[in-house]
Amino acid sequence: MTMSDNVLVLAEHTGKQISEATQELLGKAKELAAGWGGTAEVALFGPAEMVAQLGGADTVVSVDHPTLRDYVPEAYEKALLHLLRERAPRLLLLPNTTVGLDLGASLSVLWNAPVAAYVADLVAEGDALVATAQLLGGKILAEVALDGERAICTVVGGAFPAAEGQGEGDPRVVEVTPPPELDTLAMTLDEVVEPQGGDVDITAADMLVSVGRGIESQENLETVQELADTLGAPLSASRPIVDSGWLPKSRQVGKSGLKVKPKVYLMFGISGAPEHLEGMRDAELIIACNTDENAPIFDVAHYGVTADLFDLIPALVEKIEG
Amino acid sequence: MRVVVPMKAVPDLVEEIELTPDETEIDREFLKFVLNEWDDQALEEALLIKDASGAEVVAVGLADDPDIDQALYTALAKGADAAVKISGGGVDTHARAALFAAYLEQEPADVVITGVQAPDDLDGQLPPMLAAHRGMVHVSVVVAVEETDGGVKVRQEFAGGRSHVLTVTTPVVVGLQASRETPRYAPITRIRQAMQAGGLREAEVAAESGGRGLTVRRMYRPEQTSHAEMLPDDVEAAADKIIELLSERGLVKG
Repeated sequence: MTMSDNVLVLAEHTGKQISEATQELLGKAKELAAGWGGTAEVALFGPAEMVAQLGGADTVVSVDHPTLRDYVPEAYEKALLHLLRERAPRLLLLPNTTVGLDLGASLSVLWNAPVAAYVADLVAEGDALVATAQLLGGKILAEVALDGERAICTVVGGAFPAAEGQGEGDPRVVEVTPPPELDTLAMTLDEVVEPQGGDVDITAADMLVSVGRGIESQENLETVQELADTLGAPLSASRPIVDSGWLPKSRQVGKSGLKVKPKVYLMFGISGAPEHLEGMRDAELIIACNTDENAPIFDVAHYGVTADLFDLIPALVEKIEG
Repeated sequence: MRVVVPMKAVPDLVEEIELTPDETEIDREFLKFVLNEWDDQALEEALLIKDASGAEVVAVGLADDPDIDQALYTALAKGADAAVKISGGGVDTHARAALFAAYLEQEPADVVITGVQAPDDLDGQLPPMLAAHRGMVHVSVVVAVEETDGGVKVRQEFAGGRSHVLTVTTPVVVGLQASRETPRYAPITRIRQAMQAGGLREAEVAAESGGRGLTVRRMYRPEQTSHAEMLPDDVEAAADKIIELLSERGLVKG
């Protein structure tokens, strides 16, 4: 099979809304495809109406089937593998979200193409494709060439501007017949669970007091809660705190949680993994307390302090309460 | 139901990471290694299935991983029924997936649960790649796995707290994000007992991954385009400055 010079982006959506990550990838796809003399194609699974949100694409390849109405990993994998064989792109771009974590590595085997994960930058150097990937919680960057004539990248959120992918164009729509494998799946979607309401909306707060792994135990949360109460700010957290069940999911800031943009983000014991930075780097003022002076968070925070949070927080509470 | 939990030893992120002199690899020689935290969550979820319905839990590691014996004995001490050390190793996911797949061919599993990712994954994550090798279905970013009649029910999580509940016919590979309970603790005495009992089994496998198709040109630390203005180490002085910053923005009475 001859390879094309096209770049294929998988559209991530909730059934109504195309994700911002998709637009970010589409912008990069257009740039790379233009350089190679190919086109930027978007694979859209499910209802075709969302084509209207993909005006930046040259081509939208649409596949609809009852199992593709909502995201089901097995259905998406089979449909996408089918398209990769039919469309034979030079490059497949996936967002490094649940969808990318599901599909990037399996398609590397099934489509026989190298995959680079956690990609934060991507450039074409002649025929070569060079990705910069984040490793070890963002402490190390790896510049890697993807060998061969086809490749897959799963790209972290915010790596490329979404504006470049948005457009008012009128993409060509190619409808592809769903592959028969979709009729015999081993998994069914029973229920879509929307996030629980009722808790505070951390995306609406002027100030957040945010806590991470440095808190060490659930009991110690009380210390930080006291400061949050004193300041009248909600408590938010990084992933490990929520995964441990110490705070509800509605309080999680970051890639798998919520994106926040408060006036002040006051953080304790969060080292600043890329997944967390994705959710808070646009805060107007970031003040970080972490005992590790080399923690990546200090490259993002406006103010930093290496004091022990168990000393600093009581001092803050005492001074504010006067 | 047989539940297999593949594990990986990864660099402890608390440590300073050094690169090899040619700057294309992480220098693993002096690093401290720990069990991948997501694999620890995966083991807990497997043990919860065992607690609920009596599944057999088998922890598996690769022999070349640093300190993997410790992780496997800890799994036994926590309640795994068996621990298997598979010949071979390597950092890259393609090689690891091929080795674990070869093991599963010898000793099949109904459910494979492993960490959704590892901090040193460069060429993709293990769960989907392992599944692709074995022709199994897979689900990643999972926060609950429960046994049902003929399969499992899993909860898959998305950004912003949305999730899907899927019913999956086994065999399946699950990439676990977080277990339903905080991973249980194994007292050091129980780990020592497990070590003395010597319950590690070794499995020889032969696997060809065909390579990962990536050429690392260089590794480097991110350039610091900016750095936080550091507040004094003195707690009182630091607290005063923070309060000043908040009161300038009207967020606290100055």
